[in-house]
Formats: sequence, structure tokens, C-alpha cells
Amino acid sequence: MKTIQVVCSIIFLCLACSSVSFAADTIKIGALFSVTGPASFLGEPMRNTVQMVVDEVNKAGGVKGRKLELIVYDTSGDATKAVQLATKMIKNDKVVAIIGPNTSGESMAVIPVVEKEHIPLVSCAASIKITEPVKKWVFKSTPTDSLAVAKIYEHLQKSKQTNVALLTVSDGFGSSGREQLKALAGKYGIKIVSDETYGPKDTDMTAQLTKIRSSQAQAVICWGTNPGPAIIARNARQLGIKPPLYMSHGVSSKKFIDLAGDAAEGIRLSSGRALVAGMLPNSDPQKKSLQTFLKDYQNHFKAEGDTFGGHAWDAVMLIKNAIERGGDSPAAIRDQLEKARNFSGIGGVFNYSEADHAGLTKDAFVMIEVKNKGWTFAK
Amino acid sequence: MQFDQLLQYALSGLSTGAIYALIGIGFSIIYNATGIINFAQGEFVMLGGMLTLFFLELLKLPIWAAIPCAVAAATVGGILFERLAIRPLRQATPINLVIITIGGSILIRGLAMLLWGKDTHAIPPFSGDEPIAIGGATVLPQHLWILGITVIIIAINKFYFFHTISGKAMRACAYNRRAAGLVGIDVRRMVLFSFVISSAMGAVAGIIVAPLTMVAYDVGGMLGLKGFCAAIIGGMSSGISTVLGGLILGVLESLGAGLISSGYKDAIAFIILLLLLFLRPQGLFGKAESERV
Amino acid sequence: MKKELLKFGAFALLIMLAPLAFKGGYLMTVLVFVGINTMLSIALNLLLGYAGQISLGHAGFFGLGAYLSGVLTATYGWNPWLSMALAAVIVGIVAYLIGFPILKLKGHYLAMATLGLGIIIYIVFNETVDLTGGPSGLSGIPNLSINGITFDSDLKNYYLVWIFALLMVLFSLNLANSRIGRALRAVHDSEVAARVVGVNARLLKVQIFAVSATFCALAGSLYAHTMTFISPASFGFTFSVELLTMVVIGGLGSIYGSFLGAALLTLLPEFLRAAHDYDIIIYGGLLMVMVMYMPGGLVRGIPELYRKLLKSKGKTALKSEGGVEHA
Repeated sequence: MKTIQVVCSIIFLCLACSSVSFAADTIKIGALFSVTGPASFLGEPMRNTVQMVVDEVNKAGGVKGRKLELIVYDTSGDATKAVQLATKMIKNDKVVAIIGPNTSGESMAVIPVVEKEHIPLVSCAASIKITEPVKKWVFKSTPTDSLAVAKIYEHLQKSKQTNVALLTVSDGFGSSGREQLKALAGKYGIKIVSDETYGPKDTDMTAQLTKIRSSQAQAVICWGTNPGPAIIARNARQLGIKPPLYMSHGVSSKKFIDLAGDAAEGIRLSSGRALVAGMLPNSDPQKKSLQTFLKDYQNHFKAEGDTFGGHAWDAVMLIKNAIERGGDSPAAIRDQLEKARNFSGIGGVFNYSEADHAGLTKDAFVMIEVKNKGWTFAK
Repeated sequence: MQFDQLLQYALSGLSTGAIYALIGIGFSIIYNATGIINFAQGEFVMLGGMLTLFFLELLKLPIWAAIPCAVAAATVGGILFERLAIRPLRQATPINLVIITIGGSILIRGLAMLLWGKDTHAIPPFSGDEPIAIGGATVLPQHLWILGITVIIIAINKFYFFHTISGKAMRACAYNRRAAGLVGIDVRRMVLFSFVISSAMGAVAGIIVAPLTMVAYDVGGMLGLKGFCAAIIGGMSSGISTVLGGLILGVLESLGAGLISSGYKDAIAFIILLLLLFLRPQGLFGKAESERV
Repeated sequence: MKKELLKFGAFALLIMLAPLAFKGGYLMTVLVFVGINTMLSIALNLLLGYAGQISLGHAGFFGLGAYLSGVLTATYGWNPWLSMALAAVIVGIVAYLIGFPILKLKGHYLAMATLGLGIIIYIVFNETVDLTGGPSGLSGIPNLSINGITFDSDLKNYYLVWIFALLMVLFSLNLANSRIGRALRAVHDSEVAARVVGVNARLLKVQIFAVSATFCALAGSLYAHTMTFISPASFGFTFSVELLTMVVIGGLGSIYGSFLGAALLTLLPEFLRAAHDYDIIIYGGLLMVMVMYMPGGLVRGIPELYRKLLKSKGKTALKSEGGVEHA
């Protein structure tokens, strides 16, 4: 019967750990980010930002006189864990809204849970599938890939570069980007002459680039997150690839320039405005939010805030505004989120509606170029 | 298909293959001395890169000093690993050894993450990064460093195993550990030696490849597995066959990515691994031997 | 044998009554996954603990089951039960066929070969985008339903999953005490000796490999239908290692140990929430410490420790036991 003893002790441990939720007069907001794991470069700044915003809001007196309470869990990029933790937030912690997760896969996994439990979710992942078709309780603060694709294609169309080669990473971010790149090509009169992929852990992409070099490509579009694109930039320089290199917003942080070094010069990418906040004209509606965000982030973490953290900033602010306008019940927050108009955040100007839970247009992105180890607007 | 394109595939493949070869030899040395497949081998590659970065950035050492320091530190890591994990093991069955080296690799990776964070870092190349044209293809100076250092290491290795007493003793262990013990060879010391050599070699591989591939706490896994494939192709020899194995693997991967499909590039290595294990477990060049089947 | 049945009865009763203690809280969700992980670790334990053959590719079979079920139901609109059965059969056959060449290998070579197999399966999930949805995953998988009852809540899923898990426990217990179980143990101890006494070791190993893979596929189907979303990331090498850890921690060759390992590792993140950045280290460390100091797993290790402590100091025994489980 020894086994049974052991089994019993486990059951007691289970009982002991089911945490008690105590009633306090705070408004509880949940956040799910992969602070560890492959997408931690997104999850970490997002977690920091959310914590920072909640602190700032509470310092300023909270929302309608009530403090916000943040409950953050680390999903470590695992969809199964994300589902468990989302359930935990809803059932044990009684959150009224959830921010995150920051990867598309985890977001898709969590959607059935929030739809069933009627809790609003503001996802910080990029995939178009999250809000299309529209799901009643699901919103999104990170701009959809297709918007970035549209921005890049618009740029290519203007400069008459119609034959493009794709080089995308074979993970959630890259495959979703690849899908959109292929889907939108026709609309902008773009012809895809080469379609290559690489693995997220690959260390040498000269083979793919050699193949692309022999195609008729006038531009190369690379869709991935660090460090892959930095290696590609260096490989392209090594091989002397002539057509200009375009990157996605997946690398829109200083880190990319650090990693790619000289090879980054001249590379153009679609990016949120956080990187070029200082260069924006004062008439830009986002400038005020951007400056607040960047200043706060600098004060809190002694580091530069990036677009990724910015998406989480937007998510909290959207929820906070919704609570201010309506009540703090999940249903009221959902209804008010849907009514959010002209909210100028970090990622863009949001206009949610019944038919659109993503809320952004392609103007959320600007085309920028690496010049002298810094950024300028691409012409 | 143009010639210069093929040449480029071959050159890219050779430089990746050289790294696989170095890691593969590390696997073989430990396997031959102890019968252990060290699943943590890839982590020493990571340690090499991360430690170099650590000495360069935090201690502000020049690169010629940072590299030996990094190799030394990684070697100490290898010694600790052998002392703390392998030697105390009471029931050294293959399954336990597999589990313990997997546990070790996760632990080392986790410690590296805690110590140095999750970011990827770039390391400056040893001597500039102006591409060099060879025929219609181009390589970087770093590629030449990789090939050169690999050749030197293999030469040293050869010398050690065939012309020094302890090298010969280690070979004796590889043939028959019991017998080696009987003729007075300190087998335990040889085991420790094998960990020293292979962790140092792993670290060197990690250092010379870092300027091209960048380093992060989690680069060890895949590189380690590919190195193992190289060792299998070479029939677990600690000599030239494994080097050939690594080079073949590198070139096949590069050709596969260029000519067949870049998405299935990684699968190529593992399909080769499975086919060889099924059909020629003695390696591509070895003579038939039943022991490993 | 009677004692065995009694033990199983007590265990089953405990499982069936457990929901009363949790009253539909969030832990129910976790317990559903404990059930799925129990199935997986029993599957691996049959191979590793009984037959002594390691596999680092079991996450691949788990994924194959999940994807077969998922694609057949979500994309082609099949009946979930039918696709679940088909998935189990297909994976069983595949494993049977692969089993012959792969189980010829031993020890480290077997470990690497199964690892390679797992990675190849993982790459196929990622690359066949048209079929599996690629890295972004596959959504819209229906819940299972029977007689108008749809398994769409945690409580219903709990019973669904655990009925399968308990059947597997019963099957495995029976197997262990049968002629086959004894033959397997003989193979485990010495394959040559087993052959000498007339055990067809090779066939037996392949058969148990196929059974083990089929169990994984079943667990995979259940996973797909309870999660309603799957993505390749859940079926990678890391998960294979996690499964291995569950089996080793629970105890090789012990069915209840597999449950214990699965429960502990699935609940571990709950205990470690405060130290979440460290859990990778704790995983690795746990694996090493267990193999070094408690090679029999918790099921054998804890009673042994308990006895030892009881001998030396009666009073502190209980405290230390708790401490060990947390470690």
C-alpha cells in the first residue's frame, strides 16, 4: 500500500496549492506572456511594460478611484500551459480581462477558453487568424502581419520592384508572414520568383541566398525574428546580393543593428513608430503616447522601450480606458473595447468596431531604413 | 545549374561541416573512452561562445586573451561535469547515462540563461569581414579561420593519440577497458581526460563559429545533434572518418537547402542518421562490426 | 493478484472522487492534463521500464495521434471517435514497421535514433503547412461527444480522459503480471538469456513499441479534442525529455509511479511559480539527482527514505518526506 500513501500525499499537495483568492477592492487584470522560451524576446518587454503601466496608473490614483491589480503568468511559449494558466486566471484569480499571450499559437489556444468563459482577451500576437473571423471576446493590439506586408508591397510598387524573393523563418511568425506575403502579392502586382524558408535555429543561410541570387528577384523580403535576419543580412553581404533587402517588424529593435553590424546598413523594414519617435513631426497623433511610453520605460528599466513592449502598453491602456468609460465587469469591458475609437497608442491609431477587432490600418507601420547604425525614414 | 552556384553550396557546406566535425570528434572521444554518448556535448559549444563573449565584454580582455580563457573555463566545466555527474553514478547503465547527460545539458543551458540572459549576442570576427572571392563564390575570412583551426586541431589530436603515452593509453581504453585496466592504465583518469579533451574541442568549435552564427544560451542543442550525426557517419572514430562525416553532412545540408527544399534541410541530417544506423551502424567508412548493433 | 485489484480499485475511486475536492476550480484543467500525461508516461514506461528500451521520440507519436485526429475532424469533418480509432491504428502500424529496424539498436544508439525520428516527425508537422497549418497550428478541432453529451467542460473532459487513463493503467498492470510481462522483464535484464529460454525478444520489443506508440496516439487524440487547438511546438524534443523525466521521477517499471511522475511534473509549475525563471534548471537538476540518488524513482525511493529516516530519527521523518517531494 506504499504507493497509495505516496499518491495520497500528492493529492494533499494538490489541495494545498489550490490558491485562495481573497476579495480585495482591486480590479484584477490578467497577463499571459512567454517570459521564458523561444518568444521571450517579446514576452519580457511586454511583461515589463504591463507592470510599469499598472504601477503608473495606480500611482496616479487608479481607475475610478480603484487600484488595478496585475496577475502575470509565464507561459514559456507552451500552448498547453497557456490554456491552463488562462483558466487559472479566470477561475481562481477572477480577472476581468486578459492581456496576451504574445505568440499566435498560444493566443489561438487560449481563444476557446475565453470565448467559453466570457472574458475579454486583448492578444499581443500578430496572426490574422486571431481576429478573423471576428470572435466576440477576442481583440488584438499587435498589428496584423498583413498590414506590414501591405506597407512593404506599397513601397515596392512605388519603386517599381515587382519581382521579389521570399526568405521566411519556419515558425509561427514566419509562416504567418509567408502566407500573407503570398496572398497579397497579386493585389499589388508583385510576382514572387523565389520562396525559401529557414529554421529558427539555423546558423547559415548562404544556400538559400545563393539560390535567390540566381533568380530574377529585384528585392528580397525576409520575415523572421532575431537572430535569423541578422545572419541573413551578413550572409547577403558576404555573397554580394544586389537586390535590396527588406525585413519585417519582427526585427524592429536596436538589437538587430547590434547583431548584423555593418551588414545592416541600407536594409529597409516595416516598423512601428516607437523606433523613430524622436523624428516624428509634432502633428503625429501618436507622438504623445510614444514619448510617455519611452520616458516611463527608460525610468523604470534603464533601457530603451521597443515596439514589442508598446503593443502591451496599448493593450493595458485600451482596457483601462474601457473600464473608465463603462464598468469593470467583463461584459462591460468587452462592449467598451468594441467602441474604442481614435485611440492613439504605440502600435498605431486604434479603431475597434463590431466588424473589426484588430483596429489598425497599414498606417500603423512606417518604412524605415538603417543608416549609420541608426534609423531614418525610407524614401 | 551554374558552376559558381554549386561552388558556393560546397564552400558553405564545408565550413558548417568543419564545425560538425569538431563536435563529432568530441562525441567520439568520450564514447571511445567511456562508452557514453555525451548528450551535453553541444552545451560546451555554447559555453565556448558565451564565455568568449563574457571575457570580451565584461572583463574587457582582448580577443587573443579571451579565447584561451574561454577554452580553459569550458574545460573546467567539462571536468566538473565528469566529477559531479558521471563519476558518482552508481548504476551506470546506458539508460541512466543518457538521462543524466540530458539532465546535465538542460542544467548547463539553464545556468547559462540565468548568468548571461536570453539575448543573442554578436562576437566580432577574428580578422575583418570583407568577403574573399574564390572562383564565382565568396567566403569570409572567418571561414578560413574555421577550416584552418579545424585542420590544426585534428593534427594535434592525431599526434596525441598516436605519439604520446596518455594518448595511446586512451586508445587502449577504447579497445578494451578491462584489459587496459589490467595492464596498469588508470581508466578513471582516462575518462576524465576524455572529458577534458572533448569539452575543450567543443568550446573551440563554439568560439570559431560564433562570429558567424552569433551566440545565445540555446545554440548548443541543434549543433550537438548534428555533431552526433557526423560522428555516426564516421563510425564513431576519433579521427579522419568523423571529419569526413562532418564535411559530408555539411555539404549535403547545403546542397539540400539549395537544390531540394530549405524547409526540410534539418530533416536531411536525421534521415541520414537513421538510414546509417539501420543499414551501416559501423559508419560509412568502417568495417562491419557487430558490437554496436 | 487480489491485492493488486484492491489497490487499483482504491486508486480508481480516488481519481473518480477527486473532482469533489476541487469543485470545478482551475485545478480541474490541470488534472485533465495530468490524465493525458499519465497515459503518455505509462506508454513510455511500458517501453523503458518494462522492456528496457529507451525512446526520445515519443512526443512524435503523441503528435501524430493529435494531428491525425485534428486534421481528419477539423479539415475533413470526420467523426471524432472514428478518427481517434483510425489515428491509434495508423500510429500503431507505423510504429510496428519502424520498430523492426530501430529496436535492433541498443542503448545510446537507440536513444539517438528515436530522437532523430522524433525530430523528423516534428519537422514534417512544421513543413506540411497545407495539411497541418504549419507552425501557426491547427484550430477548430471539435470536442468529442457521445449520446448528445459534448465533452466541452473541464469536468466532463476530466472523466473522459481519466476513463481512458484508468483503462490503460489496468491494461498495463495486467500486462506486467502476465506471461508477456515476465518475458519483457527477462528481455530487460538480459536479452541473450531471454532468447535462450525461448522468448522471441525481437518481436516482443517491437510489439511493446507499437503498443506504447498506440497509447501515445490515443493520448494525442484526446489532447487534440480537449484543447481544440494544436501546434507543433507541443510535440518537440523538449516534450520527449519531459516525458522521460516523468517516468524516471516516478519510477521505472512502476505504473503508479508513472502517474506520480506525471502528476508531479504537471503540477510542478504550480509550486515553482515564484521561481519561474529557474524551472529549466530545476528540471535538469531533478533529472540528474533522481538518477544519481534515487534510481528507483519516488515510488521506491520515498518508502526507502522513510524507512531509513524512521530508523535514525522517528520524529523528523514526516517533515523530510515533504521536503523531498518539493525538491
